[in-house]
Amino acid sequence: MLDSVIFYFFAGIAVISAALMITRRNAIHSAVFLITTLLATAGIFLQLRAEFVFVAQIILYVGGIMVLFIFVIILVRPDISLPQVRSRTHKWIALLVALVVGVEGGVVLWLARKLPGQGLLLPNPAPADKLPPNTEELARGLFGAYLLPFEIASVLLLVAMVGAVVMAKKRTDA
Amino acid sequence: MADESKAPQSPESSQPEVSGSLPPPYAAGDSLTSPAKPDAPVPLQASDRLLQTVADALKLVFKEDLIPENADRFIFWIAPIISMTAAITSLGAVAFASWFPVARDINIGLLFVVGVSALIPLGIVLGGWATNTHDSVIGALRSTAQLISYETTAGFALVSGLLLAGTLNVRAIVETQRADHAWYVFLAPVGFFTYLIASIAETNRAPFDFPDVESELVAGDMTAHRGIRWSLYFLADYASMIVVASVGTTLFLGGWLRPFPNVHWLACLEAVPTLFLIAAGAYCVFRAGKQPTRARCLFLWAVALACFIVAAIFALAYPLSPLPLQKMHEVLYGAFWFLLKISAYIYIFMWLRFTLPRFRFDQLMRLGWHILIPLALINVVDVGIALALTSEFGANRWLAMIVTSMATLGAAMLLLRWNDKYSATASASLVADSSIAEDPHAG
Repeated sequence: MLDSVIFYFFAGIAVISAALMITRRNAIHSAVFLITTLLATAGIFLQLRAEFVFVAQIILYVGGIMVLFIFVIILVRPDISLPQVRSRTHKWIALLVALVVGVEGGVVLWLARKLPGQGLLLPNPAPADKLPPNTEELARGLFGAYLLPFEIASVLLLVAMVGAVVMAKKRTDA
Repeated sequence: MADESKAPQSPESSQPEVSGSLPPPYAAGDSLTSPAKPDAPVPLQASDRLLQTVADALKLVFKEDLIPENADRFIFWIAPIISMTAAITSLGAVAFASWFPVARDINIGLLFVVGVSALIPLGIVLGGWATNTHDSVIGALRSTAQLISYETTAGFALVSGLLLAGTLNVRAIVETQRADHAWYVFLAPVGFFTYLIASIAETNRAPFDFPDVESELVAGDMTAHRGIRWSLYFLADYASMIVVASVGTTLFLGGWLRPFPNVHWLACLEAVPTLFLIAAGAYCVFRAGKQPTRARCLFLWAVALACFIVAAIFALAYPLSPLPLQKMHEVLYGAFWFLLKISAYIYIFMWLRFTLPRFRFDQLMRLGWHILIPLALINVVDVGIALALTSEFGANRWLAMIVTSMATLGAAMLLLRWNDKYSATASASLVADSSIAEDPHAG
């Protein structure tokens, strides 16, 4: 009971602030609501006993990436400097994407109906003392079974970073 | 505004220390020479500085709340609350002693503290932006740049300590240090000092206090905040100092362990808290006789009495440490050592603040990106090598640590030399570069 109350609390905050995020005109307001969404999602991770993912979400997304976003928004001022792009095509594409995502979600929920337990609608986590320590499990996964994909992802990020630096450098030289 | 920007001194010196040697007519001059209030009239003769703090807080709460005309009201309201909430929440997972109800067994304790305290600057940035004035926006930008640059260093410095501990659980970290017979500051000194520097920059203390430099930006991001919101910012500032100090203490300074926790003939150190409190109480009694007014005298007697009572509790908890009072004993003594270490850590902050002149913003950025981040990275690799040498090849741990620390320091020397050469040739363009990238108004 308490579990589902907490779940719906966080889920509600996440959904409402996500909706607010895309409807705000002011970019900083959008960023603040995105932060709220991310924090609420972190809360759901915690409820699922994924402590490491919970903290990683807060440190990386809220503490790092969103601060960087806000930095860029303050510097660039997209409300002023970018012209508002609006066209019919965009609306149709958006509608299509929304439909696809909606159907996908519906299918997932419909399939989950048949799962044992309560399905996906109500999370039913195991008691905390029966789970292995989350951080250690994650480390074993990343540096054991999935070492190669993990390293490839790291190299990919490194390439992207170096590429960004090179591109930025060119522009200042010119 | 001037008196507000000085007010932070009072919590730092909230010790009821009174220069009672002055004759009564000059006792008021005591507050004239103090850094807290340069030109304020003395409100009450009897009020000590401790009460002055209370009065300041009351004044701030009831001060008229002004919001600038062009401010973003929603963000302006919410920003100080974000900072304060983050600061207090992250303190929740700090363990002051081995047995502590809140923080007992969070699996990811230390990471939680670090992660949630990373939200404090978010409030500063948003608050600075929301006031919509130049000084505040520049302060907000600087705060962001500083946070992003130094969070990486702090993270890597923590990793070098966590590699030694092998866990994120606050209690387990401290117990591992007891089992290892060493505080990690001795095993990973480079990690500790990089964390120290990074934590000063992250909490925006002098000599890195760029978001609110009074000589350039009035009060930076806090210029337009007043009253209760200003005080929330200030409390968040001090709370974040305590947070970084307790993270450093837990990971590098042995948390709540007394010095040399495994050496039995040094068990006499257990008497230190009691003796310390008795000495403090005796000093208060000694001072009480010299007070000019009755109220001050009574106040000091009360403080002395409190010291003696706590000392008695400490003394009683020690011999009674078998079962029933075991936990009380652990909490009392652990908390004493922990708070002592935190105070020492914060004293280093203040010491640097009093000693060093403020850096330039581009110097701060260069220190962060060109020296500290590579150094912290190299340090992590070297600590890893030392651990591998110990566990795989059976090398002596202290020897391995000393050798790798030397290697790290050598790398640091090379970095410095390389950086000097580089900056000598490309100084002008570099300064221009960093000031354009980070802050159009710097320099």
